[in-house]
Amino acid sequence: MGSIVFKGGVHPDYRKEITASLAVTKMALPSKVVIPLQQHIGAPCEPLEGIEVGAEVKTGQRIAESSGFVSAPIHASISGKITEIGPYNHPLGRPVKAVTIESDGRDQWVDDLKPAGDPSSLTPQEIRKVVQEAGIVGLGGATFPAHVKLSPPEEKPIDVVIINGAECEPYLTADHRVMLEKPEKIVFGLKMMIKALGAEKGIIGIEDNKADAIQAMEQAVAEEDNITINRLHTKYPQGAEKMLILVTTGRKVPSGGLPMDVGVVNHNVGTAVAICDAIREGKPLIERVVTITGEGINRPANMLIRVGTIVSNVLETCGGLKEETRKLILGGPMMGLAQPDADLPVIKGTSGILALTDDDVYLAESSPCIRCAKCVDACPVQLVPTAIAQAAEHGLFKKAEKLHALDCFECGCCAYVCPAKIPLTQLIRIAKAEIVKAKKK
Amino acid sequence: MEMDKKLVVSSSPHIRSIDSVQSVMTDVLIALFPVALMAVLLFGYQALLTMAISVATAMLVEALWLKKKDIFSDGSAAVTGLLFAMVLPPAAPWWLVVIGTAMAIIIGKQVFGGIGYNIFNPALVGRAIVAVSWGSHMVGTVWSSPEPFAFGADISAVTTATPLAGEAQAQAVTLAQLFVGNVPGCLGETSAFALLVGAAWLFYKGHIDWRVPVGFIGTVFVLGILLGGGFYENHLLTGLFHVLAGGVMLGALFMATDMVTSPVTSIGKLIFGIGCGLITILIRLWGTMPEGVTFAILMMNALTPIIDNFTVPKQFGGVKKSA
Repeated sequence: MGSIVFKGGVHPDYRKEITASLAVTKMALPSKVVIPLQQHIGAPCEPLEGIEVGAEVKTGQRIAESSGFVSAPIHASISGKITEIGPYNHPLGRPVKAVTIESDGRDQWVDDLKPAGDPSSLTPQEIRKVVQEAGIVGLGGATFPAHVKLSPPEEKPIDVVIINGAECEPYLTADHRVMLEKPEKIVFGLKMMIKALGAEKGIIGIEDNKADAIQAMEQAVAEEDNITINRLHTKYPQGAEKMLILVTTGRKVPSGGLPMDVGVVNHNVGTAVAICDAIREGKPLIERVVTITGEGINRPANMLIRVGTIVSNVLETCGGLKEETRKLILGGPMMGLAQPDADLPVIKGTSGILALTDDDVYLAESSPCIRCAKCVDACPVQLVPTAIAQAAEHGLFKKAEKLHALDCFECGCCAYVCPAKIPLTQLIRIAKAEIVKAKKK
Repeated sequence: MEMDKKLVVSSSPHIRSIDSVQSVMTDVLIALFPVALMAVLLFGYQALLTMAISVATAMLVEALWLKKKDIFSDGSAAVTGLLFAMVLPPAAPWWLVVIGTAMAIIIGKQVFGGIGYNIFNPALVGRAIVAVSWGSHMVGTVWSSPEPFAFGADISAVTTATPLAGEAQAQAVTLAQLFVGNVPGCLGETSAFALLVGAAWLFYKGHIDWRVPVGFIGTVFVLGILLGGGFYENHLLTGLFHVLAGGVMLGALFMATDMVTSPVTSIGKLIFGIGCGLITILIRLWGTMPEGVTFAILMMNALTPIIDNFTVPKQFGGVKKSA
């Protein structure tokens, strides 16, 4: 159990102690939410008929959807009146069409929420439909629509469902808390996924720096004979799909391939809870657990927050930012996105709000590569980051492609370890974008 | 919000390890401390003087060349200076030290574009230049015998050849002497013990990979057994003699592991180390010089880019090899 270790990776200062012991609290209902119509990978949603400025909506009411299969509908996260529909700041960096709802303060839920029925008699199709209609996406941050992952093509049978409880990003503790506080729901969600996929077993992978979560989950699966808890040696980026599948099953997802190529589907613990809530209560995905942390936060917390809540409102709840804050990040410090200000909404994929101070933010210039090969040793997919970055710097994107730049999933290990402080991950990102652009032509 | 104006937006990752070029170079200097200490214990004040002159010259020349006021800067010049001292006769004349160090910094490093861009190990470039330019100070019987614990002794009075000069010289030293370093030779190369202690620090800090030294030393050992002729007691001990005598330990642990001039890929590092060992033995046994470490490493330095190109690792889940 947990005997396999993936190659490469790093051991950053985790600083999870800031929030690890803080139980999840419910954030007070915001007076307004801004709900972007794209919160997932795939086709953006369009407002439904009747969803227009002035209209009244209820909590949980579907407000937007897309005809595309790779997409997820979007629901109102509070009840109240729509005051605006238009572009609004988005964590990904460019404004996205969003629906602004002013709260009526009553949080009135739609009436037609109902349980999906007896879980044991649900068919795989029914489970997928519930998940799709609840607008559930991967809550680990990738936001891939969950029902798509539960609908693999027939020629790719799935035998293992992995639940990602690694939470390898430093600082973040949302998944940790969910595992401590909702272990039974995670297991239920997992069982539903196993059923939807016709899989044989489930594995829940948890890093060994969360001993209490491992214990809680082990208790929760004590009665389940096809679900095991896998204790993992803590190392970033363990929670990355390919790494997690390797360490829990010994299977290697082929380059350019997907987990289903090796008979695996994996989902985040938060996604499992969302699936549980959708099946048991008919509840759509309108809130999520977010870790608000970092040296720049006055009162760090793990909070259950309605989708669309403006980040600055969340920060106010946490006592605001400290004067020495220099970076505001949505997500973790290794893969999260730095924001120019706090006027943007929490979305389905927001796992953390992180405020870093002067001490943590590196601003000095980079110096030439000394070829120390620390990036080569750190790369979990065995690339030569310095060579790809160098090719990118010289505009040699064909060369970057030959060096397998597209296998990079931007975990940040290379730039993290680089003593010359070269923005390797950023340069590889540029190479990837150019390679993809050239392929489209 | 007031503080929003001060928020920095940049690409992830947002945290960095505490390692810097300066901290890496400082670690190399720390690792060289036991070697330097042993040199002073064995060869006295003249060794200390040689090291001081070369380190000072290296930092000064680099600062002047780059028009920088920060004389230590990233620490790489100090490393080059100290490494250059390590491959000199302990009582080398001061002008030789100065010229060689300046050549190491200028010809070995700066003309290529400075740190990170040089193809050849700068300290060894310096050594190669002084060895061919002032051979009477660098080759033959110019090597002072150590005077352990006699700091003030004038070691330049009596000089001799190194144990590598011939069978008679080799038979005159024991393996224990070679391990401790109580033999004539370059300032920093004689004590395998001190070199191992120093290198342990670099391994601990993750700055060097085992593949270069193991490839290098292993190849010298095996070829020493197979081709050495067994002149030193027997074949096995002859292999060990080749490892401990001369510059193999210093070269394998501190010179061939120079980051800038050795491969970055794992297989590349092994090939590089093996190549260094092979060329060293070829020069020792069939070349005109008694020692071959310097030129072995310089030749492999030249091959480094091509080795890197041909040893790109298979990516995670990759099926075919390509580069």
